[in-house]
Amino acid sequence: MAGDGSSVLRVEHLTMRFGGLVAIDNLSFEVKSGAITALIGPNGAGKTTVFNCITGFYKPTEGRIALRRGAPAVWSALEGLTDSGKRGLVRPEGALFLLERMPDYLVAQQGRVARTFQNIRLFSGMTVLENLLVAQHNPLMLASGYTLFGVLGFPSYASAERAALDKARAWLDRFGLIERADDPAGELPYGAQRRLEVARAMCTDPALLCLDEPAAGLNPRESAELNDILLRIREDCKISILLIEHDMSVVMNISDHIVVLDYGVKIADGAPDEVRNDAKVIAAYLGVADEEVAQVEASVGL
Amino acid sequence: MAVLANSASGGRAEKPITSREPNPFTAALRDAAFTGLVSFGLFLPLIGFETVTNIRDELILTTRWPLLAAFVVIAACGRFVYSFALTPWLVQRAQKPVRPAAAWRIHFKRWFVPFAIGFVIVYPAIVILAVGWTGALRWIDNFGIQILIYMMLGWGLNIVVGLAGLLDLGYVAFYAVGAYSYALLAKNFGLSFWMLLPLAGILSSFWGILLGFPVLRLRGDYLAIVTLAFGEIIRLIIINWTALTNGYAGIIGIPRPTFFGIPFNADDNGFAARFGLEFSPLYRVIFLYYVILALGLLTCFVTVRLRRLPVGRAWEALREDQIACRSLGINTTNTKLTAFAMGAMFAGFAGSFFAAREAFISPESFTFIESATVLSIVVLGGMGSQIGVAIAAIAMIGGTEILRQLNFLKEIFGPTFDPTQYRMLLFGLAMVLIMIWRPRGLIATREPSVFLKTRKSISVDLVQEGHG
Repeated sequence: MAGDGSSVLRVEHLTMRFGGLVAIDNLSFEVKSGAITALIGPNGAGKTTVFNCITGFYKPTEGRIALRRGAPAVWSALEGLTDSGKRGLVRPEGALFLLERMPDYLVAQQGRVARTFQNIRLFSGMTVLENLLVAQHNPLMLASGYTLFGVLGFPSYASAERAALDKARAWLDRFGLIERADDPAGELPYGAQRRLEVARAMCTDPALLCLDEPAAGLNPRESAELNDILLRIREDCKISILLIEHDMSVVMNISDHIVVLDYGVKIADGAPDEVRNDAKVIAAYLGVADEEVAQVEASVGL
Repeated sequence: MAVLANSASGGRAEKPITSREPNPFTAALRDAAFTGLVSFGLFLPLIGFETVTNIRDELILTTRWPLLAAFVVIAACGRFVYSFALTPWLVQRAQKPVRPAAAWRIHFKRWFVPFAIGFVIVYPAIVILAVGWTGALRWIDNFGIQILIYMMLGWGLNIVVGLAGLLDLGYVAFYAVGAYSYALLAKNFGLSFWMLLPLAGILSSFWGILLGFPVLRLRGDYLAIVTLAFGEIIRLIIINWTALTNGYAGIIGIPRPTFFGIPFNADDNGFAARFGLEFSPLYRVIFLYYVILALGLLTCFVTVRLRRLPVGRAWEALREDQIACRSLGINTTNTKLTAFAMGAMFAGFAGSFFAAREAFISPESFTFIESATVLSIVVLGGMGSQIGVAIAAIAMIGGTEILRQLNFLKEIFGPTFDPTQYRMLLFGLAMVLIMIWRPRGLIATREPSVFLKTRKSISVDLVQEGHG
């Protein structure tokens, strides 16, 4: 693990109701700095809803989602920040944000939380390279003097754009997409589109990367490659990763920590080995009551 | 016969475009007769009958059988040519393998824009040489300036519709705001054209933002309807706020722009006298032509530039996928508002030019049909394409002007025949043809704003149209 072991994201008592439906019920978990945390559960367990709450696309009904950047010491200011009614605080040693109070684009811009989507959302009519430049919108916007200097052709913007292109090129190289840089994103094969979406998220310089089923639709070789890439960027960029995944070869091989959801309730939370042997988890996945697990396991030969 | 045998045995997958019956001639003839029948049914009420007011001020129905016959014959003959000659040729062409772009095409692509800009710069000189001083007025004023105004409006709306993907049906509102801003401020405060031009742009973009705020939450059809309503609201305010705008009667005597303070009139201190020339109204027209040309080129230049800046890429990304934009930290609210503001600003420039050129404006000039014309220029040209918009503006506005020049048709169809009355019919026909032939506009490719190795055009099939 690359981080210092303290938590970077704290989700506390998160509840999300849609009318009478309780999609998430009193969920609490933590994402440790530099760790890969997996969020798993059967279909409809509320995993993507958790993601949408963290990234600001949904406003949670109840609960607190706190994100830390910089020194772990800033956690001490959490209660004060919550009472103050502000969205976040920035200190020289670190920053603390309450994501449930922030609109989606600020979660990405200030909180530095990047995400991908279950059904890929690329800018399909733009080239691969343009996709990565759009991801660097905010720093480039600043460099172009909110468009004014850019229109007038100031050299400061030209150098910023060159830097952005270099960064995009580096990420394309790393994800094996450099040959397709000038092709429209919509023309890439499925596996490459998945990789591009991760590369695009990485271009925003995230502190926390949220991946919603990054291995969905990939063949075993491609998922193995994805594992390598995720482990490598975790090491190189010192980021924390939170991922939703159904592919157990990905989940069990790379995660440091697993949170299991079922019907919006957390049923297990721990290291891969613990979760794998947890009776409740097996029951949830096999769709039987706890007491019948042994019997079912025996019948399927576990 | 080989083709026939092939089609008979070759399976049913092949599209039966022409009838493969024994004689293609009789088949085409039958096809033409059927088309003639349909067009007769269609044109009988439209063209066959005409209501006229007679000498006693009564409305009577007259018939126009020769004209009706002409239309039916044209339709039938057209269909005959299409099914007998054109369709086999098209089938043959479709079977040929696609060849790579010829050398001349690459050259053409490269030199087209500089050539086009050069041409519009020397256009007044060409016209004067070709038709002389007296005839040139019509060609520069009605043709040149009129087309350039719509081209500029098209380029401005292209930012909103083509790049940001926000369907705006009330664009004429900003044109009206620009025109009335200039007219009222110039008349009441005596400010000069060059001072009011940026001011009109600022006021229009302010109204653009004002419209932008309430429609931020709306998407697709709902957005289109609200923008349409906004266009009508502005027009109705202009009509009803008579104290300020003089209502239907409009504003007359709007000061015309001067040549760095020298007016274009027959006075001793007028333009002609100062430069030792004989007075002619043509000088003002040529000056106005260059003003609108400069404004149009500015619009185009700024748009091309913006496309390569983060804000332009954000507009296009917004058109592609708003949710992905938000996940990347792009403030979609601000991005949409800048698109509305930029588009409105250029409409404001065009509006103040329009007021200065006409010296008279009334709400009649800012009806929905203007919005529709500008929008169809953008759609026909190919959404997001600058060259496409320019070509579409020339075809649509130039086409209307050419209809006015077709006086020889009166000798064929009689003295009451007015070709301009068929403008909308021809527009509709052109629109249908374009939508069959090129469903995504004349220029159906998107040029990437940046590239690493090679600039590859992107097929429009991949590009989203945007849903607001």
